[in-house]
Amino acid sequence: MSQSRPASMTAPDPDRRPVEVRHDLAHVPLAAPSRTSGVLEVFRRRYLLRLMVRREIKARYAGTAFGLAWSYINPFTRFLTFYFVFGLLLSRGSGMQNFAIHLFAGMVLVNYFTESVTAGTRSLLSNKGVIAKMALPREMFPVASMLVSLWHAIPQVIILTIACVISGWVGDGPLWVPDAVGMAAALLGFILIMVYGTACGLMFSCINVIFRDFQRIVQTFMNIVPFTVPMMYPYYLIADGERIPLKFHDLYVANPVAEAVMLIQRGFWYPTCDGPCVVDPATGAALPDFVNDLYSRGFIMLGIGLVLLAVAQFVFSRLEKTVPERL
Amino acid sequence: MTTSIVVDNVSKTFRYQSHPTLKKVLQNRLHGSRSNETFKALDGVSFEVRQGESIGLMGLNGSGKSTLLKLVSGVMVPDDGKVLTRGRISGLIATGAGFHNELTGRENIYMNAAMLGMTKDETDSKFDDIAGFADVGRFMDTPVGNYSSGMFARLGFSVAVHVDCDIFIADEVLAVGDRPFKRKCLKRMKEIRESGITMFYVSHSAGSVKKMCDRAIVLDKGRVGFDGNVDDAIKYLHYDGDDEEPDGEEGSEDERDDALASDI
Repeated sequence: MSQSRPASMTAPDPDRRPVEVRHDLAHVPLAAPSRTSGVLEVFRRRYLLRLMVRREIKARYAGTAFGLAWSYINPFTRFLTFYFVFGLLLSRGSGMQNFAIHLFAGMVLVNYFTESVTAGTRSLLSNKGVIAKMALPREMFPVASMLVSLWHAIPQVIILTIACVISGWVGDGPLWVPDAVGMAAALLGFILIMVYGTACGLMFSCINVIFRDFQRIVQTFMNIVPFTVPMMYPYYLIADGERIPLKFHDLYVANPVAEAVMLIQRGFWYPTCDGPCVVDPATGAALPDFVNDLYSRGFIMLGIGLVLLAVAQFVFSRLEKTVPERL
Repeated sequence: MTTSIVVDNVSKTFRYQSHPTLKKVLQNRLHGSRSNETFKALDGVSFEVRQGESIGLMGLNGSGKSTLLKLVSGVMVPDDGKVLTRGRISGLIATGAGFHNELTGRENIYMNAAMLGMTKDETDSKFDDIAGFADVGRFMDTPVGNYSSGMFARLGFSVAVHVDCDIFIADEVLAVGDRPFKRKCLKRMKEIRESGITMFYVSHSAGSVKKMCDRAIVLDKGRVGFDGNVDDAIKYLHYDGDDEEPDGEEGSEDERDDALASDI
């Protein structure tokens, strides 16, 4: 509420005129002290947002000896576990190349999504000390947790890139050369998760204040998400209609996380393959790697996501009025 | 003179129990009683404050003072009526509320200042003043979780009083800190008041309200019971001590605050 102030008063106060004159209050409108312009207000106060994100990142590993290294250790060990169980034990002879990269590319986005939504859902409750006492745009908290999760996705992208390079260098496939279309696809995947993650975080955070069982419900669903996307198994298992009726295939690919996972796999996993990425183990015929119309689906989902974000903002601004007294 | 705060026929209702379990709800249904009974914390409160006025807000516990402050500072939204303010608000309702125990004093100063609406440049230019006022010495680069409660409160206070605000809200300020710090606080509050900032001061101490404020509003069970001269407000509240026996603890606290106030 004080963005446009004359420069004179940011100086360390040699000015002895009364505040009324100094701030030219006669021309400041009377306004409701709690008025905000929703998510846009968050970007108007970028400085505070930046500090809050930094605070969360710093506080997460505060006092630990390894510090930021934990951001690498956790996803890396999880990757190894999945790789041994699904890649080596269960998936021998599935006709797939570089399964580990296929898996890990998906994990980057799935982790990002589940972390944003879980942390976003809790964000208002876990900051109740501040919210009950200070007038801040409260959209700040879910947006900040989404950005903190994004920050934690960066080490995973680095591990993924290293894995891609190594597979081309040491493995028998071609050298990994990322292509422009693929990188754009991966970026679109990230943006999709960002939009949907923010929308869910916004909506769920204030529902969670009113109905506190909600974070447990969300947690339950987030545990299911990794299995609803093609990362631990190839896409064709869903698409060929042998195991799952084809009508469910449409439902499956309508999941924005599944779409985003295929987009990032297009960026990282697809260029590591020598010839067709997935072949039928019996006949050797090439099988579909991704859903048809991967890109146009991505853009349509982005549009739907933006609408969902607007709806989430509407729900949030309706519910947030009662948040401080319910905390 | 411009108007600084307008409170127009404001009401705020709370529920007694906000999170009943499903079991409780069903039990209440069976017995035919409703669990979500409500009470009015504020009921039709109206007043206006001109810029530069310094208002003492008084009333017994539970009379709605804190709710009113939260409405004026914008933390809560009224159910009925409207609250309008002009300019930036800072205050001592929330000293140290945004502090994070794992971060250092320095980081928390920047964080808290940003929450109160200060930019980075503004905080940079005032940092030395803030640090000097808080007077935590070498602890500035220690996580605030390790601070003594006095240091913690001083740091929060120090940020709040250095915001270049138009409205300053002070809730039970004298409850924290030792005597020298209280003196420093009162001196600073006096400066704030004299610079033309609208002051909203909540206290049970008749003496300090008398010293600090030129108008008093007394809340009585959520309504404005009295609005006007400070001395009359104290009479209205029977805080002048005529009809109660002198209570040792409270009396001496009052006297000390009086003494402090006259010191400055």
